Amino acid sequence: MSDSGNKLYGRQNSTTGVAESDGVAEAAGWRGDSPRMGFFTDTSVCIGCKACEVACKEWNGVPEDGLNLLGSSYDNTGALGASTWRHVAFIEQPRRLSSQEAGYEQLPTGPSGSPAVNLLAGEAITGDRSQLGTATGSVDVEAPDGAPLAETRGEARSEFRWLMESDVCKHCTHAACLDVCPTGSLFRTEFGTVVVQDDVCNGCGYCVPACPFGVIDRREGGKAVKNNGLAQKCTLCYDRLQDGMTPACAQACPTESIQFGDIDELRRRAQERQRTLHDAGVAEARLYLDNPNDGIGGGGAMFLLLDEPEAYGLPPDPVVTTRDLPDMWKKAGLAALTAIAGALTAFAGGRR
Amino acid sequence: MTTEGGYTPSSDSVGREGVQNFGRGRNAAPGAKGGRHGRRRRGEQPMVPDAEFTSYYGRPVLKAAPWTADIPAYFFTGGLAGGAALLGAGADLTDRPALRRASRLGSIGALLASFGLLVHDLGRPSRFVNMLRVAKPTSPMSVGTWILSAFSLPAGIAAAAELRGLLPSRLAWVGRTLAALDRPAGLAAAAVGPAVMSYTAVLVSDTATPSWHEGYREMPFLFTGSAALAAGGLAILAVPTSESAPARYFALGGAALELAAEHRMESSMGIAAEPLHEGKAGAFMKAAKTLTVAGALGTLFAGRSRRIAAVSGASLLASSFCTRFGIFHAGQQSARDPKYTVVLQRERLSGADPKPAPAGQG
Repeated sequence: MSDSGNKLYGRQNSTTGVAESDGVAEAAGWRGDSPRMGFFTDTSVCIGCKACEVACKEWNGVPEDGLNLLGSSYDNTGALGASTWRHVAFIEQPRRLSSQEAGYEQLPTGPSGSPAVNLLAGEAITGDRSQLGTATGSVDVEAPDGAPLAETRGEARSEFRWLMESDVCKHCTHAACLDVCPTGSLFRTEFGTVVVQDDVCNGCGYCVPACPFGVIDRREGGKAVKNNGLAQKCTLCYDRLQDGMTPACAQACPTESIQFGDIDELRRRAQERQRTLHDAGVAEARLYLDNPNDGIGGGGAMFLLLDEPEAYGLPPDPVVTTRDLPDMWKKAGLAALTAIAGALTAFAGGRR
Repeated sequence: MTTEGGYTPSSDSVGREGVQNFGRGRNAAPGAKGGRHGRRRRGEQPMVPDAEFTSYYGRPVLKAAPWTADIPAYFFTGGLAGGAALLGAGADLTDRPALRRASRLGSIGALLASFGLLVHDLGRPSRFVNMLRVAKPTSPMSVGTWILSAFSLPAGIAAAAELRGLLPSRLAWVGRTLAALDRPAGLAAAAVGPAVMSYTAVLVSDTATPSWHEGYREMPFLFTGSAALAAGGLAILAVPTSESAPARYFALGGAALELAAEHRMESSMGIAAEPLHEGKAGAFMKAAKTLTVAGALGTLFAGRSRRIAAVSGASLLASSFCTRFGIFHAGQQSARDPKYTVVLQRERLSGADPKPAPAGQG
């Protein structure tokens, strides 16, 4: 799949046979210190608790970046950024999750308090009603304007599903941020991850538009804020990895939606999980960034999604921008030669 | 009871005319903002009909570059410095002292401004020297740092040689050294100058920003043309008409190259061309085109009148300035609207560019 001689793109194969499936750390000069480590985020079991966001902030000392109510479901974080290294997305959709039975079939529609609903609720309660402490007969609930609620805006029950996804830096096999960094601040670790060296970065900001996922950003918060003016993003808890520990977000995840481990193992698990879901009738389950032949050579973080990537704010077909860099340099060279030719012609034509 | 469930595996297809089965309503949360709601401004005519696409609450997929006006201003000054070095060397070789002097001094002035702008834009200006830690061909900014470094020494010497007459007599040996280095330095600066003119196009194109990346094939020619007309414009403005003929030809060539490259770029970049006509970018691009055409027309007659020459030269300089800001803002606007990321990639997945294996189809 790799273009002729273009090492900035395509499948990254191991050259020394140390790593099983890809040689991303090897290509950066490491010699088999560790298998490539990463994340598999299984959104089908995410409950949107945001423990990952909190654990990440706590462990990494990431400063507060705005306390806003965004009006986008339970997401008040918004997006990944310089001070948001894990971001939980919430998507409310008026349809059901595959063949899931939401329990609405054959139930009457309308707001609670309507006679039909009350009757049904009353029937559903068995046992000693006096224990309930609440009358379950016809309760006259009123809307604020005094009209009986049952007569106001009766709304049909609709299909509904709630998608939640914890997003993170993808630690790309071909990482554009790393490629374009002019200071060497961004580097590839022995775990195959991509990390900013805070003491080297000079805040040029080039990595920011280079990232095809909009992950990395320059921290802007004034001089009082730690690492102000520097590019910041998920380090995949480089410090914890060096001590053989699990990254904070994965450690904190109560449902194992965030799984951490050897990329080969995670890829296998992701495929198995997708098969399980497909067998269970969840036809919309799909893997994202699990393919080493994709535009970024596969992610160091991969995802199981239940909708198109763009519904989660992810690009549907990310490609590392440096794929086209060799061609760009050729074009720039040609343009420079055009300038020289132009100058020669101008002076030849301008002879007195 | 449906056995299959409410979900139909997606068969979304995307064309220039939009994404079918890709209604905003499908994924919109109740009451949430949709992908394209109220996006188009001020009654501008759409080049293609609005595409339907899915997004996360209309939020951008990408991050816009955190750069301020320093960067497009640098594209202008850098291009001017590179182009002027070419004219300076040509003037030196063809014995046009006024053109040589104006070009060399203009070049070093623009270069000094460039350094100021570049350092000022850093998040940590005090660490600008970290740019010299590595030389990375994969980083156009690193390559550019070395190009500028290589350019600054000979350009500086050539400019100093112009001013050697101002030296006090006890520093005559400095003057003699400068005199000896005069032509070699000017030629060396002219050899690197074209790289200074064109590399900034690679700098912007080598990003995920749709309206920058999609134009990468033509951007170097657009930038080089813009740099040439700016350098020509400066000389036309500053040099007597008796010496400025080559500068006029150079500017006219640059204008032609810029206009042709811009036209070709727009027709090759699909919907990523839209931001070039919208908002701030649209205003700058429109002004740039008007100024280029006006400046070029004036240049045709600039040999006859000093006044026409001054106005034409100023127009060309202003045109180059506007072009850089127009391209800059078009990219920023394209990064801030998820449409350009999602629709372009959907188009690619639907077969226009078979190269990358699709993500998310595992």
